[in-house]
Amino acid sequence: MQETSPITGAPLSGDAEQYLTFRLDGLDYGIPIVQVQEIRGWTKVTPLPNSPRYIRGVLNLRGTIVPIIDLRLRFNLEEAAYDATTVIIVVNIGGRLAGIVVDGVSDVISIVPDQRRPAPEFEGHGNRQFVQGLTQVEEKLLVLLDVDKLINHETLAEAAESAA
Amino acid sequence: MTTILTVDDTASMRQMISFTLGSAGYEVIQAADGEEALKLAQSRKVDLVIADVNMPNMDGITLVKSLRALESYKFTPILMLTTESQAGKRDQGKSAGATGWIVKPFNPEQLVNVVKKVLG
Amino acid sequence: MAIDLSRFHSTFFEESLESASIMEAELLEIERSLRRGGGAATLDAERLNRIFRAAHSIKGGSGTFGFNRVAELAHALESVLDEARSRSRVLDLETTALLIRGVDCLRALIRAARGDTPEPADAEELRAALERAQVSGRPASAAPRSEAPSGNGWRITFRPHARFFHTGNDPARILRALAECGPLVVRPELDRLPEWGELDPEACYLGWEVVLQKPVPRAALDEAFAWVVDDCELDIQPLSAAVAPVEPAGSPAAEERGAATIRVATAKVDALVDIVGELVITQTMLTQLVDDFAPERLTRLRAGVDQLARHTRDLQDAVLGIRMLPIGFVFSRLPRLARDVSSMLGKQVELEISGERTELDKAIIERISDPLVHLVRNCIDHGIEPPAERARAGKPAHGTIRLEAYHKAGNVVIEVSDDGRGLDRGRILEKARARGLIPPDAALEPAQIDELIFTPGFSTAESVNGVSGRGVGMDVVRSNIRALGGGVEVASTEGAGTRFVIRLPLTLAIVDGMSLQVGNEVYILPLAWIAETVRVTAAAASQPAGGPEIITVRDEYLPLLRLDRLFNLQARASALDEGIVVVVEADGKRAGLFVDDLLGQQQVVLKSLEPHCERLEGISAATILGDGTVALILDAGSLVRQAHSAGAGLAGLRPPPGAAAGAALH
Repeated sequence: MQETSPITGAPLSGDAEQYLTFRLDGLDYGIPIVQVQEIRGWTKVTPLPNSPRYIRGVLNLRGTIVPIIDLRLRFNLEEAAYDATTVIIVVNIGGRLAGIVVDGVSDVISIVPDQRRPAPEFEGHGNRQFVQGLTQVEEKLLVLLDVDKLINHETLAEAAESAA
Repeated sequence: MTTILTVDDTASMRQMISFTLGSAGYEVIQAADGEEALKLAQSRKVDLVIADVNMPNMDGITLVKSLRALESYKFTPILMLTTESQAGKRDQGKSAGATGWIVKPFNPEQLVNVVKKVLG
Repeated sequence: MAIDLSRFHSTFFEESLESASIMEAELLEIERSLRRGGGAATLDAERLNRIFRAAHSIKGGSGTFGFNRVAELAHALESVLDEARSRSRVLDLETTALLIRGVDCLRALIRAARGDTPEPADAEELRAALERAQVSGRPASAAPRSEAPSGNGWRITFRPHARFFHTGNDPARILRALAECGPLVVRPELDRLPEWGELDPEACYLGWEVVLQKPVPRAALDEAFAWVVDDCELDIQPLSAAVAPVEPAGSPAAEERGAATIRVATAKVDALVDIVGELVITQTMLTQLVDDFAPERLTRLRAGVDQLARHTRDLQDAVLGIRMLPIGFVFSRLPRLARDVSSMLGKQVELEISGERTELDKAIIERISDPLVHLVRNCIDHGIEPPAERARAGKPAHGTIRLEAYHKAGNVVIEVSDDGRGLDRGRILEKARARGLIPPDAALEPAQIDELIFTPGFSTAESVNGVSGRGVGMDVVRSNIRALGGGVEVASTEGAGTRFVIRLPLTLAIVDGMSLQVGNEVYILPLAWIAETVRVTAAAASQPAGGPEIITVRDEYLPLLRLDRLFNLQARASALDEGIVVVVEADGKRAGLFVDDLLGQQQVVLKSLEPHCERLEGISAATILGDGTVALILDAGSLVRQAHSAGAGLAGLRPPPGAAAGAALH
């Protein structure tokens, strides 16, 4: 069964990438599905002392200890309470694992490279470094994220300094 | 598949011989001393035995004698690994019934050549 | 086909170094018994055989893999050893010492071949000395025969003896080998064939006349007949002649640094395979039960899960066991060390070793070696008296150092004891007072005085004589052992001797810890760091000049770290007497950690936080508790440092008047 683009409805060529989309504070985001290892509900984490605010702590993932990042805090948004729909997306970047807390997960969609647009400046965010590109799905804006930068230690350290 | 039994108390030599002859298409089994080798030889048919002379538990010469005493190994080629200075050992080996010897050090090509000649 | 032999190099290096160690150990034994006046009878044949075989193996392997310097020296050693084991000579002290030096050099050459160290300078000199030491003049190596035949070919008469086949030889093979040399004209000789009825199928009756119409070198023919020269009548006559030199084959010595490896007994791996097999069976059974589940099957499900737990424990033990090596590896270098150190100091020392087969984790073995060396050196340097003094004390002239290793209560225990003069408590007290480590009027029990030797900066060595080492004190020994999760204690009797007892965990990956409650979180603190736990009242605490909080525990000032504040948690206990203070000791300094409660001791499996998380101050690793949650493991060293950096200059403060001392709980 050939895939069709959610945007144009036309059949997709082979180089379409699949993205997992999720909601955060009313906006839609997407990350490449190949980087997603699994999706879990929220469970209690063990806090890591003297870490940046957005690192909520660590979790036991079948024997591996994985840091959990609150994406709202990462983007300097208001903290939200965690409830039954809160989800942790566990990503795997070249063997490094991390969990990202989001409001809820939506669909997996296919996007062809030429549907991506570069990111303009975001007002009030200053988080352009995490944005890989933009696209539109069914008239909604979808922000494509650079997961590597999200969980990367260097940028975490820099952000810690700027947040301090 | 032609099976070769290599006997040497030095693991690196066994590995080298095993790998070299294995690459040449032979099946190679290993033993670390004469006693082990004798047991192995009795548990399965082996087409050629390559054994070092100096080993604990049962040295090469005794191994040759023991193998030749077995009905199934009366005519099996048995080669001893010796050094050039061990002329006496070579004679002892021959008297015990060894087919011939390979002089250490040898390189892999030499080993394969000799084995090919012996096994036809 | 070109085969690259470098893949076998690391195995060769490992086993050759092992062989060299065996040679050294056996030669040292021989030297000892010769010293004691034993004659040729003490030169046990089997021992000489072992040493010979070790040299022989090294020679063979190094030649094969192209490490020619090693092969040459090994050959020289082997020659002398061959004479000894074949009784054409009897080893004396001088030759034995030369052999020992030779083995040292051999080890250095092997390591140089591996690329670890530069080549030793004395290799050639030792090789020559060993050659001179030979009783009979054996040639270094037989030169290949290079006869230069000339002409048009050869006529060969080849008549195998009757029992030719019984050596596994086959005339057809030899004829094939000749055929490879050039075109042959072959005529069989059937004169020895008996009547059919008298034919023995296992005997050889045939002969051949072979004319080889090509001027190949005689060496090629000799090679074809090399193995059977004594088993046949052979006549080789030239038809004409030709020349060809013989080239030695050589392979370049490709050096390869060995990757870190472990040699494991196959029995251990077999046991693992068995356990995994059982695991698979149990897992299959459980899967079936769950797929087809009904409530009345709950008991069977429980039983299956229990079985799974057992297999997992077995697997854990077996896998950890793979990293376990016998402590003999570490002990093995000590006799040599003892010999060298005692001769340097003019003392006579016997080393007695037992329990070499006691196993412990490879990582611990690598790190316990230096502390043990230091302890043995210390024993010889300070503990064992010179022979004259020993005689005066009615002791035998040679001192004895006992090394004993055994398993006890989930730990490995190593005892290092000597029958020397024991710790000089008077001198220890003097030094401690002189360095301000104890107040001048303190009255200490003997055991407490002994403990002082572990204080940092303490050393009773009047001079650094190159034996006990510069700057390496007992405090470093203790902290190194502590860093492994173990501990060391000392006991001493004046005039009779000293005994050090080292305790080590079976593996680094598992730690005995105390669970601490801080707010809503649980932290684990390894027991090795805990000195004691106390309950402290507000009266015992003070905060001088707006600096860090300080508490008093039995006349001692300790900086206090409140873990709830340090880790940004909401503590349950705010007043000091509602919580507990854990006194930790690291790097010679002590500090108090204030926590809500002690939850008990447990063994935990260490899990690294990296690579997924960053390193954190005060946290060394993490573990997974029984309920699946993550608990962080505290790094006492870091915490103590933090506590002390906040409060410098604690020494010398007098306790405030009326301070109540803390009551020890543990």
